[in-house]
Amino acid sequence: MNKATFDHDSTDPRLELRRNLRPDDWNNPAPAGPYNLVVIGAGPAGLTAARIAARLGARVALIEAGAIGGDCTNIGCVPTKAIIRSGKLYADARRARHFGADAAGETPDPALALQRVRKVQARISRSETAELLKSEGIDLFFGKARFADHRSVRVGDATLRFLRALVATGGVLRPPAIPGLAEIGFETVETLFDRDTLPRRMMVIGGGPLGCEMAQALCRLGVGIVLVHDAPKFLPEEERDAAQLLSESLARDGVQVHLNTTAVSARTTSEGKEITLSTGGDRFAITVDEVLTGVGRVPRIAGLDLAAAGIAADPETGIEVDDFMRTTNRRVFAAGDVCGGHMFTHVANAAARIAVRNALFFGRQRLSRQIIPWCTFTDPEIAHVGLRADQAISQGIPIKTYTVLMHENDRAITDGEETGFVKIRVRQGGDRILGATVVARHAGDMLNEITLAMERRIGLRALSGVIHAYPTQSAAIRTAADACVADRLTPRLRRLSGMWMSLLRRGG
Amino acid sequence: MTWPSRRRTASPYDAGRATKGHPVTLGDLDDDALLDALQRAAFDWMLENANPDNGLVADNSDDGAPASIAVVGFALTCWPVGVARGWMDRNRALALTLATLRFFTHAEQGGDETGTGHRGFFYHFLDMERGRRVWNCELSLIDTALLLAGCEAASCYFDADTPDEAEVRALARALIASVEWPWALDRGDTLSQGWHPETGFIRYDWEGYSEALILYVLALGSDTHPVPPDSYRAWRVTYQWEKIYGHDTLYAGPLFIHLFSHIWLDFRTIGDGFNREKGITYFTNTRRAVQIQSDYARLNPRGFAGYDANCWGLTACDGPGGAMNTADDTGRQFLEYTARGAPFGPDDGTLAGWAPAAAMPFAPTTAMAALRTMLHRYPGMLRDDRFLGSFNPSLPGEGPEGWISPRIYGLDQGLLVLMIENHRSGMIWDLMRASQVCNTGLRRAGFKGGWLDE
Repeated sequence: MNKATFDHDSTDPRLELRRNLRPDDWNNPAPAGPYNLVVIGAGPAGLTAARIAARLGARVALIEAGAIGGDCTNIGCVPTKAIIRSGKLYADARRARHFGADAAGETPDPALALQRVRKVQARISRSETAELLKSEGIDLFFGKARFADHRSVRVGDATLRFLRALVATGGVLRPPAIPGLAEIGFETVETLFDRDTLPRRMMVIGGGPLGCEMAQALCRLGVGIVLVHDAPKFLPEEERDAAQLLSESLARDGVQVHLNTTAVSARTTSEGKEITLSTGGDRFAITVDEVLTGVGRVPRIAGLDLAAAGIAADPETGIEVDDFMRTTNRRVFAAGDVCGGHMFTHVANAAARIAVRNALFFGRQRLSRQIIPWCTFTDPEIAHVGLRADQAISQGIPIKTYTVLMHENDRAITDGEETGFVKIRVRQGGDRILGATVVARHAGDMLNEITLAMERRIGLRALSGVIHAYPTQSAAIRTAADACVADRLTPRLRRLSGMWMSLLRRGG
Repeated sequence: MTWPSRRRTASPYDAGRATKGHPVTLGDLDDDALLDALQRAAFDWMLENANPDNGLVADNSDDGAPASIAVVGFALTCWPVGVARGWMDRNRALALTLATLRFFTHAEQGGDETGTGHRGFFYHFLDMERGRRVWNCELSLIDTALLLAGCEAASCYFDADTPDEAEVRALARALIASVEWPWALDRGDTLSQGWHPETGFIRYDWEGYSEALILYVLALGSDTHPVPPDSYRAWRVTYQWEKIYGHDTLYAGPLFIHLFSHIWLDFRTIGDGFNREKGITYFTNTRRAVQIQSDYARLNPRGFAGYDANCWGLTACDGPGGAMNTADDTGRQFLEYTARGAPFGPDDGTLAGWAPAAAMPFAPTTAMAALRTMLHRYPGMLRDDRFLGSFNPSLPGEGPEGWISPRIYGLDQGLLVLMIENHRSGMIWDLMRASQVCNTGLRRAGFKGGWLDE
């Protein structure tokens, strides 16, 4: 077999990442005050805000305590999605015979997969390097920021005066409260991708989106995974059928699933790390080589001295902001995970855009007006936007759901990707889209069409008139729209139509 | 499987069936005779597996299997059918019913770990002799409701002015009145799924369309400890009204969900607020659920053996998980006893052969076509004319059925007796119209119309 590599980029990705995102030889600029906007935190929200403001001619300072890119590039979206891709390859390889190939000899190489993760991170970091930000006119400061008063921030010895400030410091992983776990040590996504290889057996504690994503991906890369979740179904924000399909997929991949189960203690034995689990009154222990946890997140506000600037915040729910992203200090705004709520990169981005507009141009944009989709990148992906059925019913809104199974979609069949469904919820008797859930291999991409329709108030029936290229999986959305159109054909209309046809026949 | 070859007494439908020299198979019978044979065999199983001393009925055919209180509820409803069909003497039915009601009336109700019940509810599984909790099982709300529905059926049937029949009515009334339904709300809006003496309430509730419709009707209808009507509305919040395969349907995947409450409650002409809003009865909804099973099996997205429009039955049933252990070469996992469903799954190729027969009242044409097809193809899914729990033709086995469940389940047999009876005569539906608690519960849930307004 030809073992030649086609990746000619031999740069050490760890070095490149550091050079791009946290250069050792960086000299903070002399503060040029006052700034139109001081941004604290160079994660997705902070970067978006700083770049937009700079493009608009504002004098902008950006302060970062760690590395540029925040959790997204360094520990979150980017590395997790990269490892998911590797896992997906091996899952496909295991089904190769069904596609007419023999890939029996292909075995996972966790070390190579982790190396690829870092290369992907390095590749993406090239678009947000410290030098690049500087060239865009942003004064970039590395160091810990703390408010000095209502109108200035200190970074090291420097004081930055501002007309407006944006706090976008993100979140931190919530430490697990399992007795003994801190003593025996555990992995989080902050540390996992810095490993050179993966352990043989691993317990993932927490069946939220990240827990499920990592459990599946690591299992597919050959790690024996035990997934422990303290509720009866995964993904508490998703509907039952989506969680049900995910449970089946995880089991098919070989994940050992324990629902309704709580980890109650941890200790080290000669065999490894022993975690005691409790379910319905029964207790049992499972030994693994490593534990991955800390999947819950809390806003990162420690050390900012928010009180000095008159900014109200809560350790659990984060900085208090109004719908315009303004804090209790009228000059200071906040965006992203530090405000709690939906902790997604795309929400952070959207909130940052609103904050900049409202901060610098007296805008009155509201976050609550935004349609916020999200996606869990398991296989199949689980994507959601708008109201769930139970939320609509609780609000007294009569709804109807148009469901299309992916096994009714030609392209899903040709691609052997039939697991999942499209569910689009509309107000009963109408076609205004209230929400949607898509479970499919590419659900995240498919959902965007529905989000667009909701954002622009395009009714579901109108999507029936949009020609979708054939065959595509997103045509399942049009199939749902067709069903909505067909519902207009009431028995009375059908009778009238039948009479018309009869008349035509008589007329010859 | 040949006919006649079983331990059973002659049925009026046996006449003229045996042909000289040729054993008659079930498939040779006409529709009525076929249903009669299946119903009779299922009834006999219930009778053979009832403990005459306390009325408890085994959960399944395994040696030493405990009783399931739900099966007891089915059995209490079966005895009147047996009497009406001439398969059982009324006095024997009465004695068995009295033994059952007396046992539950005097059972240990302290909530002990080895007791029988608590606050009027009962543990799901009880040992057949002493009637004490086994397997650390839960104090089960739905199974208590199925038991009480049986008590209520007995109460409606034994209406004669005799001391024994009066005792049946008094004991049934007392058992139903003693259930402290609001306690099981656990300070929430919906009823909990159960309670363990060791750990308290199970953390999830009865929410969304399921077999718990009968549970809410009984809990609402109690004249001593009713739950508020709001709990029924809260239960409905997670209803899924969807258009699936072109059918407007209140979705629930496993077929048994669309059957259990319908054993006792005739939903053909009555409707609650949801029904009126959507223009559908729960009865019609079950018919659509049957069609979705058929449609799903015809599409057969997961490529399992045997599936087609006339071969379906995804429901709660036994499975090969333990026996076959792991996945096949496609990575498909095989499950143990679990609630399988269409079209979202879980689906591991395991079908309940009894499902079409149980669906007869709702979609007789579709169900009979499936019943006949499956009987023809998979005769081994029955033992002594009784459906085994399930089978999986995608897996290796001795015959075309592939893997076959080694046991017969009381729930399946009871369901068959009662659903076939409802199809044949509507007897249970008619009987239960006299139920005070069901009438009250249905009205408090917002049901109107049809026989309820008469």
